[in-house]
Amino acid sequence: MTERVRVAVIGGGPAGLTAAAALAPSVAGDVLVLEREAETGGIPRHSDHPGYGMRDLRRFMSGPEYARRLTRSAGEAGARLETEAMVTGWAGPRTLEVTSPRGRRLVEADAVVLATGARERPRPARFIAGDRPDGVYTTGQLQNLVHLHHREVGRRAVIVGAELVSWSAVLTLHEAGCRTVLMTSEYDKPEAYTAFRVPGRLAFGVLVRARTRVVAIHGKGRVTSVDIENLDTGQRHRVPCDTVITTGDWIPDHELARAAGLDLDEGTRGPRVDTSLATSVPGVFAAGNLLHPVDTADVAALDGRHVAAAVLGHLAGEPAPGGGVPLVADAPLRWVAPQLVRPGGPPPSRGKLLLWSDAFRTLPRVTATQDGRVLGRTRLPWPAAPGRVFRVPFSLVAGADPAGGPVRLTLA
Amino acid sequence: MITYDVAVIGGGIVGSAIARLLGGADLSVALLEARGDVGDGTSKANTAILHTGFDAKPGTLESRLVARGYDLLGEYAAATGIPVERTGALLVAWSQEQLDALPGLRDKAARNGYTACEIVDAAEVYRRVPALGPGALGGLTVPGESVICTWTTNLALATDAVNRGVRLLRGHRVTAVHQDTDVTRLTTTAGEVTARWVVNAAGLGADRLDALFGHDRFTVTPRRGELLVFDKLARPLAPCIVLPVPSSAGKGVLVSPTIYGNVMVGPTAEDLTDRTATGTSEPGLAFLREKAAALMPALTKEEVTATYAGLRASIGQDDYLIDLDAGQRYLLVGGIRSTGLTAGMAIAEHVAGLLGEHLDLAERAGLPAPPRMPNLGEAFTRPYQDAAAIAADPEYGRVVCFCERVTRGELRDALASPVPPADLEGLRRRTRAMNGRCQGFYCGARVREIFEGETE
Repeated sequence: MTERVRVAVIGGGPAGLTAAAALAPSVAGDVLVLEREAETGGIPRHSDHPGYGMRDLRRFMSGPEYARRLTRSAGEAGARLETEAMVTGWAGPRTLEVTSPRGRRLVEADAVVLATGARERPRPARFIAGDRPDGVYTTGQLQNLVHLHHREVGRRAVIVGAELVSWSAVLTLHEAGCRTVLMTSEYDKPEAYTAFRVPGRLAFGVLVRARTRVVAIHGKGRVTSVDIENLDTGQRHRVPCDTVITTGDWIPDHELARAAGLDLDEGTRGPRVDTSLATSVPGVFAAGNLLHPVDTADVAALDGRHVAAAVLGHLAGEPAPGGGVPLVADAPLRWVAPQLVRPGGPPPSRGKLLLWSDAFRTLPRVTATQDGRVLGRTRLPWPAAPGRVFRVPFSLVAGADPAGGPVRLTLA
Repeated sequence: MITYDVAVIGGGIVGSAIARLLGGADLSVALLEARGDVGDGTSKANTAILHTGFDAKPGTLESRLVARGYDLLGEYAAATGIPVERTGALLVAWSQEQLDALPGLRDKAARNGYTACEIVDAAEVYRRVPALGPGALGGLTVPGESVICTWTTNLALATDAVNRGVRLLRGHRVTAVHQDTDVTRLTTTAGEVTARWVVNAAGLGADRLDALFGHDRFTVTPRRGELLVFDKLARPLAPCIVLPVPSSAGKGVLVSPTIYGNVMVGPTAEDLTDRTATGTSEPGLAFLREKAAALMPALTKEEVTATYAGLRASIGQDDYLIDLDAGQRYLLVGGIRSTGLTAGMAIAEHVAGLLGEHLDLAERAGLPAPPRMPNLGEAFTRPYQDAAAIAADPEYGRVVCFCERVTRGELRDALASPVPPADLEGLRRRTRAMNGRCQGFYCGARVREIFEGETE
């Protein structure tokens, strides 16, 4: 059975819902959001603390409220939201294989928007040795357990990572009656903003150790302890705990992007996109944390709003733009998104380039050069730190010569 | 209390195969497993290869039983739906010494009755496995080597045994043995079990159980093998099993596709004393990452989905140790190494041959058909892909574990099966749920809820 729609959006999180809400009023025909979970809303559904909706809705609300709000907006705009519908593969360039309790079918779309998001690397992908006891979770699983399934966790937790999401894990653990006894970060400084770290430490008594990694987990049925190592001295010691949360270290859910044969970026590991969020395959677009693992939910949502223009252009029969100048992030920058500036293309979402650094800089200076010529420089008044996106104005690279070589971005 | 005709101790592949075969005769049989689930010892963590036996020591019992088991399990797999992928294997020589060893290995295979091996040059090696790292000098093909689902194999045999009337007693660890004139009383952690005959298929614990019968003839050394399992997106890199050539540099590790659609690198081989040391080690993981990078450099760009460690039961000799003591009405099945997955059903046949002199093992009429097992193989149709199955039962369209595409229907079936899982790990082995790249990030909480909801 094949169903025809104008637009298929894969993933009903902030980016997918916002894209659908932006597209549905302007598209004659179906805008179908395919969400594999039982409810739309994505990760914010189980992040039960405030901090959502600031940039896109100019509101300050909790994750679950935000998820409901975006769901309602997409529905009211006329998008069709189908839950428990998993896209398992491609039967053609824009034809999706879909499994749901309602059956197995093909969905053929004129345009596809990938908004599959990102996940945290679990323990095996981090090569943490030792036993495989119960009590080792990612933040995602922890928040699912606590907020959606109202389960108990342990009493004493060690958190691997000190990113923003790691503090979200602290809050969730606190709510579940579990004390965070230690947070470890392999970086020189913990990754999260001071604004989180200091109150976090004071309010929850969390000890944060920089330049430290968890090397082994012990316990037969349940976690009993972890071994931690100081990266500079090699000194180790054992920390008793019954819960280990591996946080952050995000990887995009890029399986469908890879299966479609889209060009991928080595840094983000998501699809390479231009500033309009078009991928390398005509009619296939991408938005959200699949492209920049991970920025905040509102930034992902604004991608969804931004991608609508290019999707509508494609539906109106405008040819896929060609050419363009690639953006390249030089170490210690890990990646830049988007990665392609096309002649005549729009500025990126919010007029910003997103960057990820593997090193800490108190007052970061970013320089853009093309073929040895400096295109622009910018100095930011706040630090660049591993574990969170930082943003620079697009104007930095706007003057690039469309016929020139790659634009390199460097961090000093 | 029942006195069983036979008590088989050990619910791994070997013990389950023996219990299944004996359960087909007119006998009362108990299958005792120390742990909470069948296949939770050495059987769950082997390299899951259906071996031709090409590299066994010619003339040994192991050589004979692996070759026979290859056919028996191949047929049984087809009848029960145990997934098997006939990928073939390629031994790759990375040094002159290894290259020089290939003709000898081909001849040894022939002495084991396996004549399909061919020596190929480096160009052919790279044609077959383009992703191999530089430096391969040549290879030996073993077309019959295949990958199989070890979990389903164990479960099919145990389920078949139960369907045939075998009493499965999980959580029964034997702690003492008392022999009367015509029965043996086994003290276990869950009460006493009495049987006329006892078969020891206790794997890692076989020597200790043997000692309870008053013997002192072998010691099991747990040999730890660690494995890295790479993401399914890496699967095209490994079209067949890539085996090392044994040499003075050690045994080396293999790169193999898995039946679940991943790529596996391992195992390490490390003799231990602790029989419960099933954790991974830092040196082991570091060694495997280094090996993976050398054997197949493109793997370094792929994610690792899982790391495992398993213990093999090494007894320091080159053959199985299967011995019947008629006076004690006791039969030992010891030293069954990783080849036991392939050989299991042939071992059962061999055991039946020995017991047949003392017990009437004629197959009784009206045996139930072999069970039809759920397919866990990535190369074969799974419920989420099956439009007819979903139309008949929408639960097969309700995907719970996204990475492995396990549906609510499959979880429900596993929980209601004749040998249901005792814990989440058991549910994983029956369905693949939570075994994928996210390791429970998305589905972990939901799977736990389903497990607890259905087992209340």
